[in-house]
Amino acid sequence: MRYLPKSPADRAAMLQAIGIHSVDDLFSPIPAECRLTRDLAIPQQMAESEIVDWFKQRAKENGEGYTSFLGAGAYSHYRPVVIDALVQRGEFLTSYTPYQAEFAQGTLQAIFEFQTMISELTGMDLANASMYDGSTGAAEAVMMAVRITGRHSGVIARSLHPEYRDVLNTYATHQAIPLRMVSFTDSGQVALKELETAVGDDTACVLIQSPNFFGTIEDVEAIAEIAHKRGALLIVSIAEAASLGIVEPPRTADIVAMEAQSFGVPLGFGGPYCGVLATKEKFVRQMPGRLVGQTVDKNGKRGFVLTLATREQHIRREKATSNICTNQALVALMVNIFMTVYGKIGLRELAKQNLAKAVYAADQFSKHAKVLFAGAPRFNEFVVETSEDPYAINSRLLGHKIVGGFPLKKFYPELGHAALWCCTELTTRSMIDTAVGLVAESERSVQTMKEVEQEVVR
Amino acid sequence: MTTKHITRKATRHISQNEGLIFEKSSPGKAAWKLPPLDVPDVDTATLLGRQERKDLGDMPEVSEIEIIRHFTRLSTWNYAIDLGMYPLGSCTMKYNPRVNEFVSRIEGLANGHPYQAEKISQGALRIMKTLSDCLLEITGMDAITLQPAAGAHGELTGMLMVRAYHESTGNARKKILIPDSAHGTNPATAATVGYAVENLKSNGRGMVDVAALAAQMNEDVAALMVTNPNTLGVFEQEIHKIAELMHAKGGLLYMDGANMNALVAKARPGDFGVDVMHLNLHKTFSTPHGGGGPGSGPVAVKKNLAPFLPAPVVTTKADGTLGFEYNRPQSVGRVRAFYGNFGMFIRALAYIFANGPDGLRQTTEDAVLNANYIRKGLEGVYDLPYSTPSMHEVVFSDKLQSKKGVKTMDIAKRLIDYGFHPYTTAFPLIVAGALMIEPTESEPKEELDLFIEAMKSIAEEVEEDPQFVLDAPHNTRISRLDETAAARKPVLRWKPENV
Repeated sequence: MRYLPKSPADRAAMLQAIGIHSVDDLFSPIPAECRLTRDLAIPQQMAESEIVDWFKQRAKENGEGYTSFLGAGAYSHYRPVVIDALVQRGEFLTSYTPYQAEFAQGTLQAIFEFQTMISELTGMDLANASMYDGSTGAAEAVMMAVRITGRHSGVIARSLHPEYRDVLNTYATHQAIPLRMVSFTDSGQVALKELETAVGDDTACVLIQSPNFFGTIEDVEAIAEIAHKRGALLIVSIAEAASLGIVEPPRTADIVAMEAQSFGVPLGFGGPYCGVLATKEKFVRQMPGRLVGQTVDKNGKRGFVLTLATREQHIRREKATSNICTNQALVALMVNIFMTVYGKIGLRELAKQNLAKAVYAADQFSKHAKVLFAGAPRFNEFVVETSEDPYAINSRLLGHKIVGGFPLKKFYPELGHAALWCCTELTTRSMIDTAVGLVAESERSVQTMKEVEQEVVR
Repeated sequence: MTTKHITRKATRHISQNEGLIFEKSSPGKAAWKLPPLDVPDVDTATLLGRQERKDLGDMPEVSEIEIIRHFTRLSTWNYAIDLGMYPLGSCTMKYNPRVNEFVSRIEGLANGHPYQAEKISQGALRIMKTLSDCLLEITGMDAITLQPAAGAHGELTGMLMVRAYHESTGNARKKILIPDSAHGTNPATAATVGYAVENLKSNGRGMVDVAALAAQMNEDVAALMVTNPNTLGVFEQEIHKIAELMHAKGGLLYMDGANMNALVAKARPGDFGVDVMHLNLHKTFSTPHGGGGPGSGPVAVKKNLAPFLPAPVVTTKADGTLGFEYNRPQSVGRVRAFYGNFGMFIRALAYIFANGPDGLRQTTEDAVLNANYIRKGLEGVYDLPYSTPSMHEVVFSDKLQSKKGVKTMDIAKRLIDYGFHPYTTAFPLIVAGALMIEPTESEPKEELDLFIEAMKSIAEEVEEDPQFVLDAPHNTRISRLDETAAARKPVLRWKPENV
């Protein structure tokens, strides 16, 4: 086996040193009836070339070479090549959680820089070292709000990513945290009047997403005012991190629960991604997850350590702020490098291109179909309502190697034939024109069908 | 300063200084270039109004070469498996094969969108199905979810299923039994799922005290969370009896699979009475730890728990293609958006392919051989609190060295000077001053000999000059850091005024 660094002679010498004859002796503590006495029924050893071939075959079955208009919580942005060049350095890739600070300053300083940039971008005082993803981060934020306020219920926007809502439901059920849903208006934003009546004296937090699942930017200030008036915290989930380049961050929020996948993390069929929580300084001791802090060594030299560990499971066990241990460190490093590459000016220009592409695409679609929620500002996603079922349209688009927008009726039955389309800096004008052309064709044929039907009725 | 005991493994070399990236930033530098906009430009003020962000504050402005040097220099301050043995107990720091990284980046796999149609997701689904089948065969369990993002997340998923199972019988029950040797995530998880935690004392051999378990087990107990081999590296020899005790009173047996590297291809939890367990793909199945993550924590269960698995699950349809099944009325619900850390599934499966049945068996045998070789080499030099046979890891204590005032953390810091990452310190909690050593199968005999030599040498130093060990590390860029100050007045981000 090519990963094992021992010759038969090495093994024999080691057995002799231990004073046993056979490696089987080392497994004698396992009772005989528990031992496996046959080969595992799994594929036989493969050569490296065979492994590569096998996965290349799978890639071919996996939509290689398609143009995609999907977003909905997973975004296709360009990944500068320096990201993979750097994260594949063995010193980052093959190191453990930086518990031994003197031997892990590289990881620790990088996390400190990550925490700084996330704080800066979200408009919060501080950020943690990462959470699993945007969905679990949002759920942990709600539990954090429950600890801070001592209150036991939450108010959730229906325009929060439906799968984030599902995850939150799973977590909240056993924490006895009842959740109230607040719907959205014709502009796709949180219904403020309904929110006002939903927030009560037992509301720990209001959780919204902005830009929300429909790509609409929420009036965070107005929502914060409603939450704060009743003593509840405001949690803002951000699924499309690239929006932070041009959309005002939710500075009036108490906790920001972000999914940073847009910043240099491959789509990867849904993971690994990079959740992260940011908050106000006064709430830091209720924050879950790892935190890196600056300190000095005994010679006064600047260094970094994992800190405030008394919040965490390895110290506090069942009284910890969360059970989280392993996080998404290497993915956070990708995010970190991406943020460093684009920086202060590039992130804004990148966001502006996303905005421009989406505006152009929505304009083109609106000539042939209905663009919903037009009354509020958007970032890089928009909702198109067609006469034909978007599943049928998408299935035809696939024939042209185009992946169409995400049909919304799976999660929002009331939206019928609406689909969520996304454009990023990678979406070209010709891709947009082709997709719009095909959708227009579908609309025309439905229209013709209707006219024919009406003729027949007459 | 003496260097007389320094072994061949480590020498000092140039270590470049490097500030924070913000300290290198200046206006006008850039590492990015966007293609020209091919659609009409937009007026952001009109589009966004007061929602428009005008300034990104203290975000850096640097060039590409500075970014490469910055992160490369930082990387050189880390220790890594690629540099040598990383014997953290219960962490399984084994070699992370490079082909895993290569295949996970193949276009089509790396760029698959989680919501693309199933018709063009057959490759990804096939990877999930094949990995699931392999893991079920390895564990001897009946059904599996790949959705949890890490070990603790797997525990959470498993305990949610325990709860759902009991609820389906009309009584969720109240508490979870957890041995005192358990990892901190176990009690933290049980609490997250709304269960009370009851501690279970270990016996004199470091194993679950079966008599105590029998006394504590009753109809209020939902499950026992056991790690096997446990955190002492000891196989729970009475695991059958433990399972019977739990099942007799309607309880479930949960196994924390953190130490599965001791069992793969040698014994299967499904064959010794485990009802639900999680695996750590970032331990046993070679996906990289990456400085703390990402992980992946699949949960495998017996048939009677299968209805409660998180949705969706991968199924084979009538036409032979694969798909996601969402209609699972008894499911505990989702624990994560999308399908889990898919990139880790690719890596774990590549590892299984590279090994095959014989390779996995040899891997487990070598892992256990390595731990016992270290045990033999250091017995007598360090106190061995439990003489029970070791599997894949061995736990010593600092009893002998603490007589000179030297604790496990001090020995660990000195080990850094010898070119080794420290073992796990002060865990499990049932051993005062624990040194928990897990070499994994990835170490050649020479590296193990160097490690043993280093540990012996440190033991001698403790006798001759304890202060020298207490002041370690001596050869790192920075000396011991003031953790108390860091926690008292936390500085968690850079600000211009910090300079």
